[in-house]
Amino acid sequence: MRLFLTIYVLVIVATVSILGFRGSLTEKEPVEVFNDMDRQAKYKPQAENSFYANGQNDRLPPKLTVSRGNALEIKDVFSTEFTSSTSSEELVLSGKDANGEFSDYFPYPVDFELMQYGQESYNIFCMTCHGAAGDGNGVTKQYGILATSYHDDRLRDAPDGYIYDVITNGKGLMYGLKDRLSNEQRWAIVLYLRALQRSQSAPLESLSTTEKSELGL
Amino acid sequence: MANIFPKWVNTVPIKVIVALLLIKTAIVLGITYYFSPQYTRVGYAPTQPVAFSHEFHAGTLEIDCRYCHTFVEQSGHSNVPGTNVCMSCHSMVLKDDARLATVRQSYDSGEPIPWVRVHKVPDYVYFNHAVHVNRGISCVECHGKVDEMEVVYHAKQLSMGFCLECHRNPEDYIRPVEEVYNLDWERPTDPGAVKEIEEFVHDWGVNPPQSCSGCHR
Repeated sequence: MRLFLTIYVLVIVATVSILGFRGSLTEKEPVEVFNDMDRQAKYKPQAENSFYANGQNDRLPPKLTVSRGNALEIKDVFSTEFTSSTSSEELVLSGKDANGEFSDYFPYPVDFELMQYGQESYNIFCMTCHGAAGDGNGVTKQYGILATSYHDDRLRDAPDGYIYDVITNGKGLMYGLKDRLSNEQRWAIVLYLRALQRSQSAPLESLSTTEKSELGL
Repeated sequence: MANIFPKWVNTVPIKVIVALLLIKTAIVLGITYYFSPQYTRVGYAPTQPVAFSHEFHAGTLEIDCRYCHTFVEQSGHSNVPGTNVCMSCHSMVLKDDARLATVRQSYDSGEPIPWVRVHKVPDYVYFNHAVHVNRGISCVECHGKVDEMEVVYHAKQLSMGFCLECHRNPEDYIRPVEEVYNLDWERPTDPGAVKEIEEFVHDWGVNPPQSCSGCHR
């Protein structure tokens, strides 16, 4: 019996020391018992595919096709001869009017919902560098990213279309965000950016008496 | 008449029974402990081709999850960002650092970085990210506190029992939609606030499927 108990304890100690405990960090891949069911031969997003030269499953949309509901730049998939039927479509896409100048016309109906959408998007994609107030004091400043402040006359006077174009295509060291933001989202950011500009340079006369007293003026 | 069996034989049956019980207990406990996703999956932390730290980017810098995983709100698949997203900062920050050589190479050549996927449900499970994050289920419920992970590891079981636990009691996991990407959000404890949160399930028409075809097709 003593021999049995010794072996029993030894086996348990050996098992635990080999297999370890639950939740400990490991490089071991999770065990999959029915592998052919767990990993089926089908196309999954961003998966590997040895059929294509670059090993990627995902394909770029072919020319002259439009993907459904995605934020792709529609112009890229139309032929070069394509011109949009109305000038406002062109404006939504590029921020430019019929003469190719940046337009000051805002192509969406402005409401509180769009403003909130703009604020949410701004806080995700812009705040890190440009700061929550748009003054260029983002969290990345200490690592050497010098982001523009929106609070100077050059940008206060710039047309909406210009700001939209910078968000879309980038400027200087800033990369464009057209691959990640839909047209509407970019215009919403333009709207919120205008609100930020106004909040930082509002004349005293524009405030109501209650607002003034809240600020102690 | 001499004894046929020596005296020690008297204790043999009881010893055999005890030994069998001990062996059976060890096997049952061992299987319960080790044949569980809590052991086989939790703690899986593969080495990635680039030592990207979520702890620094999402934790210290507080970059929103959606800055990189942009399409999680629109798509069933939460995308891994392209290297242009990395380079939108790292073309300025640490631009000659050896640790980022793979990223620069990928950006220049267009070859994807072979990230090792940590969280994957079996292919017969159709999990949709968008429907969860848009209805108040936070990233943290399935992925754990990624903003505190230097190296991302598998924090939760992602087993069917784990899914059903929430599908049966969504009110215990749902949160205000604006807190979905705030991984530090804590569930309120006072009854009024708890009730308000539990009402989201009704107000948003959250009706998580518990039938097979909800997740398996």
